[in-house]
Amino acid sequence: MPAGIGLLLFVAVPFVTAIWLSTQNVSLNSGRAPAWFGLEQYRRILLDPDFRGVFYRGLLNNFVFAVIVVPVQTGAAVGLAVLLNRKLKGMAIYRTFFFMPIVFPMALVAVMWKLIYSRDDLGMLNSVIHAVTFGHVGPVDWLGDSHFALASIILLSIWQGVGFQTIIVLAGLQGISPALYEAAAIDKANRWNQFRHVTLPGLRNTLIFVVMVTTIFSFRLFDQVYILTPTGGPGNSTTTLMFQAVNSAFNANNVGRGAAITVVLFIIVLAITVLQRRILKEEREIS
Amino acid sequence: MTTRPNSLPAVSAMTSGAPPGDRGKRHRADRGKRHRAVAVLRVVREHFVMIVFSAIFVSPIAYMIIGSLKPSGEVLNGLRGFEPTHLSFQNYTGVVSRFNSDATGHFGQFYLTSAIVSFVVVVGGLIVNSLAGYALARLKWKGRNAALLVVIMLVIVPFEAIAVPLYYLMNTYRNTYYVQFLPFVASAFSIYLFYSFFAGMPRQLEEAARIDGATPLKTFLLIIVPMSKPIFATVTILTFLSSWGSFLWPVMTVDDPSVRPLPLEISVFQGQPPLDWGQIFAFGVMLVAPILVVFLLFQRWFVQSVASSGLKG
Repeated sequence: MPAGIGLLLFVAVPFVTAIWLSTQNVSLNSGRAPAWFGLEQYRRILLDPDFRGVFYRGLLNNFVFAVIVVPVQTGAAVGLAVLLNRKLKGMAIYRTFFFMPIVFPMALVAVMWKLIYSRDDLGMLNSVIHAVTFGHVGPVDWLGDSHFALASIILLSIWQGVGFQTIIVLAGLQGISPALYEAAAIDKANRWNQFRHVTLPGLRNTLIFVVMVTTIFSFRLFDQVYILTPTGGPGNSTTTLMFQAVNSAFNANNVGRGAAITVVLFIIVLAITVLQRRILKEEREIS
Repeated sequence: MTTRPNSLPAVSAMTSGAPPGDRGKRHRADRGKRHRAVAVLRVVREHFVMIVFSAIFVSPIAYMIIGSLKPSGEVLNGLRGFEPTHLSFQNYTGVVSRFNSDATGHFGQFYLTSAIVSFVVVVGGLIVNSLAGYALARLKWKGRNAALLVVIMLVIVPFEAIAVPLYYLMNTYRNTYYVQFLPFVASAFSIYLFYSFFAGMPRQLEEAARIDGATPLKTFLLIIVPMSKPIFATVTILTFLSSWGSFLWPVMTVDDPSVRPLPLEISVFQGQPPLDWGQIFAFGVMLVAPILVVFLLFQRWFVQSVASSGLKG
């Protein structure tokens, strides 16, 4: 089976290689053969004061990204899906608009937003804020200020990603039986109670899926960071695990350290997946 | 934007439907009118909410498209960046003629690279992954359950987790088309999508074909494939979306301009001063145009594909 061989070749083999590489001191094109390094790469990124600062900062940024993006984006997706699920003339057009960003490659989105985030007072976001606050909030250096850089990355990521989740939640909404809403209406439940007791339980599995995918996505963060803050942001404020993995393997020519970082990344992703299976399983046992 | 005309009838209906100060009218008629006015007001409010959200999603895109048609000096100009003044296609011709040597690469080459890589990943992926999905769902062979388990486990391995070792393993193939498409043709996620679809199909037709002496491959091509258009469309769309926008892997494996795909090139382009934002936006519009056109034409399919990618649990 060609696909089986392909998978083995391009997923399973690299994965084993990742673990092997992470125990080596390797640099490409240097003529030196890989040398046994034991757990030194892990010791460096996890414990060594010279390296661990940046590593933990990246890990922290990934966590902050997840902690903000997961609830905000999921909540927004539910809200937008509820809006789109109503009967209103012209809804097809609104759907087109809401979903349009999802076909934009992240690299392009980052480039578009780079100009929107321009620190110039003629930058688009600065102008909009100036207009909305009647000039009370001055121009902000969105990407150059360590307080705002990660927030800026988060904002454009939500702008691009929320459409995906909205579609998935919308499909979930349409899977809820109308009979449940009729029953709720007979019980004179108001809109909020209908939402709480019919909509949310009906969306449970969908939401667990969305939360998991978004969490994993948060730890894969790379494209936007690489384009908008090529140095990892002011004071490493936007560096991420993946950004460091690429930087180590590429700029520092230290493939071993890059591999060690991606092994950590994989362990995190695995933990999230196991957690999700657990939650789903418990739920099945309850119901 | 084009949402405006949509809300106009509602607005005019409101003003004519509820003229102020008609107290002398009969009570019941008045009440009916007020009901209608409230209903109309609600519709107006709903449209207002939808237009605000649409604006959030559309305005950056509109900004890029308008900016790509304006003289570069007028793009970074606050809210006036949206003003469609002095429009021309100069930025587009500018981009194409700007990339005119082997050192910069040629614009056509970026397009060709993206097209070739996406084409091979999509078409090659459809072939091998559908066959693998079929073998897992229908054929009986030793180790099938183990293979299925492996596929399901591989679905959760993100590409990012294997990118660095893959970069090490494929170092000798740097700066080729191969290195860009080979790792993505076989995809555990696509196999899983095909597998779930085939496993849920009724068996009768296949059994009839087998009794008629058709080989599994023939059964697959003549009976299964024609019945499975939705899943083929889904995998095509999802694969095309990710491969047209592929960025991390080209960053690691490509630096020769002659085989750079579009997303990598725009990231290089926007980092080289002097920055010409009109041209950068024109580049962006040309980058997204094919996929945007397909989206606008086949929106229903797009939405269904994304939705079905979420229905596994």
